[in-house]
Amino acid sequence: MIRVQSGDFDIAKEIEALRKGPTGDSRTDMGAIVTFTGTVRDTHGMTEGAVTAMTLEHYPGMTEKELARIETEAHARWPLAATLIVHRVGRLEPGDNIVLVITASAHREAAFEAARFLMDYLKTSAPFWKRESGPEGKRWVDAKKTDTEAAARWRHE
Amino acid sequence: MTRLLYFAWVKEKTGIASEDIELPGGIATVAELIAWLKTRGPEFENAFAQEETIRAAVDQTHTKADAPIAGAKEIAFFPPVTGG
Repeated sequence: MIRVQSGDFDIAKEIEALRKGPTGDSRTDMGAIVTFTGTVRDTHGMTEGAVTAMTLEHYPGMTEKELARIETEAHARWPLAATLIVHRVGRLEPGDNIVLVITASAHREAAFEAARFLMDYLKTSAPFWKRESGPEGKRWVDAKKTDTEAAARWRHE
Repeated sequence: MTRLLYFAWVKEKTGIASEDIELPGGIATVAELIAWLKTRGPEFENAFAQEETIRAAVDQTHTKADAPIAGAKEIAFFPPVTGG
């Protein structure tokens, strides 16, 4: 499941929803549930307090398409019982949640690996752009080479 | 008609988020489209100055510069993505 929203998310509620099967009963095929939460930092480089707000822009339509594509790829690579990707857009402040990834599987290895895979791919292919605001003004965040390398690793495995 | 979309700093530099235009004949690839866009005025020339940095999507799918654009309904230009 994927969702793009401006509002916050509640991790506990999202896990609870994921664990409920179509009938509403708690699923019993999940032995491992991994969550990753990305939050807004107030640092830029080494400077603390350099970021007072962050605005996330995205490409409506393509964003959902890309998130669904990487989720489908994760399910093809690992035996996953369920997955969820929630990404926020709009204006956020330091400490706010940005992104949530939940992966559930029978065993922890698949859940851990798939969560990492989803984040690595999301960071390099989902059309989101961050703009930071701070005492020095506004600036678009530059893409990181390390993120591209992290995503590329999965192509060789 | 083709819808062109611009995001993040590409949008700020062109000054527009989207436009519907009739592309001139003879433009076959994303790179050729960028070359033509750059002739449309100083804003576009500036927006596409760092051509190698700009990413493109044709009909909402990531596309390389030499990819064909025949039949495309929607072509988007944007900086490398920074979500997550």
